[in-house]
Amino acid sequence: MANVFTNIGDWVNERAPGMMPMYRAHMTEYYAPRNFNLWYYFGSLAILVLVNQIITGIFLTMNYNPSAAGAFDSVQYIMRDVEWGWLIRYMHSTGASLFFVVVFLHMFRGIMYGSYKKPRELVWLLGMLIFLVLMAEAFMGYVLPWGNMSFWGAKVIISLFGTIPYIGNSLVDWIMGDFLPADATLNRFFALHVIALPLVLLLLVVLHIAALHEVGSNNPDGVEIKKGPKGNRWDALKPADGIPFHPYYTVKDLVGVGFFLLIAAFIIFFAPTLGGWFLEHDNAIPANNLLTPAEIKPVWYFTPFYAIVRMIPSFLGSAVWGVLAMFSAIAVLFGMPWLDRGQVKSIRYRGTGYKVALGIFVLSFFGLGAVGAGITAEVIPAWFGDVDLTTWENLFGRLMTLLYFGFFAFLWAYTYFGWEKTKPVPDRVTTHD
Amino acid sequence: MANEVVDHGRRRFLTATTAVVGGIGIVSAAVPFIKSWEPSARAKAAGAPVTQSLKKVELGQQLIVAWRSLPIFIVNRTPAQLAELPKADPLLVDPKSEVDQQPKYAQNETRSIKPEWLVMIGICTHLGCVPDFYGEIKPEPFDPNWKSGYYCPCHHSRYDIAGRVYKNVPAPKNMVIPPYHFVDDTTVQIGVDPEGAA
Repeated sequence: MANVFTNIGDWVNERAPGMMPMYRAHMTEYYAPRNFNLWYYFGSLAILVLVNQIITGIFLTMNYNPSAAGAFDSVQYIMRDVEWGWLIRYMHSTGASLFFVVVFLHMFRGIMYGSYKKPRELVWLLGMLIFLVLMAEAFMGYVLPWGNMSFWGAKVIISLFGTIPYIGNSLVDWIMGDFLPADATLNRFFALHVIALPLVLLLLVVLHIAALHEVGSNNPDGVEIKKGPKGNRWDALKPADGIPFHPYYTVKDLVGVGFFLLIAAFIIFFAPTLGGWFLEHDNAIPANNLLTPAEIKPVWYFTPFYAIVRMIPSFLGSAVWGVLAMFSAIAVLFGMPWLDRGQVKSIRYRGTGYKVALGIFVLSFFGLGAVGAGITAEVIPAWFGDVDLTTWENLFGRLMTLLYFGFFAFLWAYTYFGWEKTKPVPDRVTTHD
Repeated sequence: MANEVVDHGRRRFLTATTAVVGGIGIVSAAVPFIKSWEPSARAKAAGAPVTQSLKKVELGQQLIVAWRSLPIFIVNRTPAQLAELPKADPLLVDPKSEVDQQPKYAQNETRSIKPEWLVMIGICTHLGCVPDFYGEIKPEPFDPNWKSGYYCPCHHSRYDIAGRVYKNVPAPKNMVIPPYHFVDDTTVQIGVDPEGAA
């Protein structure tokens, strides 16, 4: 029996000689640093969620009707009448939120351990592009159920482009294909969501991994294992502190997958809406172009960016500034490899200023999220009584916006002027034999 | 033949011209695809004028009708509401309606043809939500000195009862007054200018 498989293997290798070398280069002979910790689960988990989104998404399209007249009902049909349709949809909607949980943690890991720094700038840039496409993908997917929140969310987000001087209004009509979000809008978003953007996303993921495997993974010590001593148990010429991705990290990642699926299954089966955070209550009402929901707020993963739009007032008769600020909040992340001039990668050996700034940055992100999600609008009157909500919310939100952007300004100044007092970086990863 | 000297200038010229012609081809081929996203003939045809009777709109009440799928606010404003309009001027971004958000015949204190009748596109100039009508002159949770007007649930922009935007809110401009005219005393047509007005 074994012979049969060997023969088939040989037969394929003779005809496609690149297959085995590629498998080895990326799996059994890709040497990753031996000191990966919990933070290194989120890359592989992101791939897991991507696969989940693609499979559940394909099955959803089989019963979904991409038209303004039929979309809302077809989603109810999936939820009520299609065998196991509810599970497939909840896997898709929960997957969307968990995708952002995983990606935010993955990005935070990259910032914390300096994984965006030389020589991994391209890995970071490709990752940021993935993040950008993912946001577009999530937004368009959110529009498809054609609930009232879908409709108004679409209107608000598309109107962001209307603030651009001169071309704004015609650009908005062009995006919507009508003068309001309508059948044409829903149809094109469906096409982009199910085929165009997933293709781009998959291509970017392949490039992201290819770029990573070219330079090698960073690690919690921020030490280049390729520059350290050579020779490990498998190869005399490969880094001493590297271990083969397969089976060592595939097995480790499986543990992460187990925990992750446990959490995901709990949400899917017991709290699929997660109290309105993963699926919003207002979206259970069909789209109505004459009725704005009492409070329009985006799904949680967009709230920090949405809060920035809200906090910037119009200036010189134009609302473009808030939109510019929101896009800058993402654009500035692309610049991380060049804003941070520090030589030390990992937070373990960086100056106290960096650690404090990163902590404040994370808090500002949560603070903006609280403003965007309408938490401050509830908390301020509850805690401080009869105060002017608008003034205090704006004050808080603008402070958070300032702190968010301040992180990048501080990081540049801190490293450019050499204010950072770093600790000595070890020659090898700290867990070597 | 094989020993002929390569003419690099000629090769560069041919490469460049091929690239340019190919580029023009790609750009031209993209035009139909980009244009296909424009509102279709059917979408454009749906924009006919709308005629509305005002007989049943009580004093202080708002009626919403759809024109080109846009919500049109029609308000029968009370004398008390009209009296508040000049007092609000210092709090507003554009009290004299100098920004081109209304036809010439509605560029006045009440932003209307007849002072009592407000006819306005109910779309927030920030990001296109429909602001909520808070028509009474009484303290509201978002403003203790509320003099009636509109409050946008999306980003908390505020407008007075003539659709003029307050200072220090995200919306930059007053709400838009559509072209309209009175067919008779109690009937308004939205989408058509009064005779003689441009």
